[in-house]
Amino acid sequence: MKDKSWKPWVLLSPSLTAIFFLLVIPICFVIVYSFWLRAPSGADIPAFQFGNYAKFFDDFFYPSILLSTLRVAFETVILCLVFGYIPAYFFYKTRSRFKPFLMLLVMLPFWISFIIRTLSWINILGDSGLINHLLLKFHVISSPLAMLYNEGAVIMGLLQYLLPFMILNIYVSLDGIDKSLTEAAKSLGCTEWQAFKEVTLPLSLPGVSAGCLLVFVLTCGTYLPPMILGGPGNEMIANLIFKRIIGTLDWPFGSAISVLLMVLLMVIVYTYNRYMGINQIFKTLSNES
Amino acid sequence: MVYRVIIYSGSEDFYARLSWETMVLKQEKDPAFVKFTGIEKRFGKVVAVKKMDLEIPEGSLVTLLGPSGCGKTTLLRMLAGLESPTFGDIHIKGKRINDTPIHKRNLGMIFQNYALFPHKTISDNVAFGLKYRNVAKSVIKQRVENALETVRLPGVGDRMPSQLSGGQQQRIALARAIVIEPDVLLMDEPLSALDENLREDMRREIDNLQQAIGVTTIFVTHDQREALSMSDKVVVMKDGFIQQQGTPEEVYNNSTNHFVADFLGHSNFLNAIVNKKQGDLLSVRLEDESHGLAVPAAAFNKGDKVEMVIRAQKFNLGYRADHVPEQGENVFFGKIVDRSYMGGEVSYFVELDNGLVLHAINFVKRSPYRRGDEVAMTVAPEHCRLLKV
Repeated sequence: MKDKSWKPWVLLSPSLTAIFFLLVIPICFVIVYSFWLRAPSGADIPAFQFGNYAKFFDDFFYPSILLSTLRVAFETVILCLVFGYIPAYFFYKTRSRFKPFLMLLVMLPFWISFIIRTLSWINILGDSGLINHLLLKFHVISSPLAMLYNEGAVIMGLLQYLLPFMILNIYVSLDGIDKSLTEAAKSLGCTEWQAFKEVTLPLSLPGVSAGCLLVFVLTCGTYLPPMILGGPGNEMIANLIFKRIIGTLDWPFGSAISVLLMVLLMVIVYTYNRYMGINQIFKTLSNES
Repeated sequence: MVYRVIIYSGSEDFYARLSWETMVLKQEKDPAFVKFTGIEKRFGKVVAVKKMDLEIPEGSLVTLLGPSGCGKTTLLRMLAGLESPTFGDIHIKGKRINDTPIHKRNLGMIFQNYALFPHKTISDNVAFGLKYRNVAKSVIKQRVENALETVRLPGVGDRMPSQLSGGQQQRIALARAIVIEPDVLLMDEPLSALDENLREDMRREIDNLQQAIGVTTIFVTHDQREALSMSDKVVVMKDGFIQQQGTPEEVYNNSTNHFVADFLGHSNFLNAIVNKKQGDLLSVRLEDESHGLAVPAAAFNKGDKVEMVIRAQKFNLGYRADHVPEQGENVFFGKIVDRSYMGGEVSYFVELDNGLVLHAINFVKRSPYRRGDEVAMTVAPEHCRLLKV
């Protein structure tokens, strides 16, 4: 019998080709660039040295941005989790005939440019934005509240960008839970809340965990919300990279920061997988059905 | 619960005393341990269960049998507390439980798909109900072990549900339900996810277990073989109504309406008109002007339109040429148009001279007949029943 195990790979080949040429090769370029030298004149000189990496750790300024990026990402994950679980659970429980429509609303933001969505927060949170306008009009406050250009505004922008990812991930996980499991738990003596804690919550963890990881990684690489909604102190690591490469055309240093970010995220994803055991949970669940 | 005190008087016999001691608190079974009164359930405009009254005796195994959509599962779910009735009351042990939330009803529930918690070990699954009853940990451990032994799966406590086969999982579900010593055990099509052979084993297992622990059990199924083989009482349902209830023999042999006779086993229906009384039997005129004798299922008058029901297994077949007419026996002549061998028995479709096709099932030993053979089908009047049309 002929070995036909190569056949499935034919189906994968277009995407593998695309990933190779559009992702793997550019990343290799970036890695190569990160070892180059930058002449005072601004020219890039091919070299193999670790000066760019050393520069990053020389000054506490750069690592501090990395740390604050991680902190913002962590905060965003927590907020996304809280605000995402509730609607996802609602979708799981509801028998409403409007459910498909409401699900569509979750996806709706994807139809509008990310930049426009982020910019629109200026009209809501700004000094003459909607909220301040209304509060001033009804004499709740006498001078506009400073809601824009701070970390809160950045997280707000991230939240509206990332919430759909969290909701959908959790929903998919919840939707796979057999409803008779909660019924069984209740028949054995659980209240609704106890049944949620014992059954629904643990079984939705794969979705929660995948959603959290996705939100975390996406936050670490985002630069638009801090650029548009943040103040001078709210820069994130991606803004730094953006400034180095686009602003000062310092490709070697920008590349070095990129590589550092990538390595850091890979370590985080790996450890996360290892200890939160997404793969493990997925395995258990797929055996179940 | 009613206790009856039996006192043996006048005997000094040791054995009599012993039995006095053991029987002094002999329980009398409550005939209406679970009671539905005027129960009705509507989902929007759909009426799933209609004005139903049903009593379930203590310690019995009662089957709710019917095609899908007959309301049997809804009835079970109302008892479990997973649905609330639109009208009517549900009593368990004489106590109205309509407003008792599910977690306080003390019922054991078995689901079609086992519903074991996939993220908990077998022990944790079985211990689940005990944990919420504030049973001490050491006691839980012992009772879980006992329950696992009861379902003949000792030593699997540390495994995960996904590591067990379907039949084993359902036995764990059974252990999980009985370990809490429920007032009533509810089973919603517990065998339908299992394959044929396993289903038979599991059916016997449930039957034996129920007998052994004597828990009042309500079993929902659409499979008549399950219902007939294991129940103390079968409740046949259709369109939200109870069609008939009684022992398996009663509902099978003395079906009181067309639906029950048709749903259980293989029945033949012949239109007839009542002629006259002959002892306990009624003489009727069949469509082809021939006469028949049958047992009336209700009081009929001369000229009433009725339906004569004959079970396919009740016919005796013989070659038409060999037929000797016998007094008081119903006989039908026809030609075999279809024959299928089914292992233990043979199923025949016989076309009568008037075009009607009857279904007969005979044991293989007594069945040398082939397709195209002219046969005489005889059946004793006591195996023919007359039903209202």
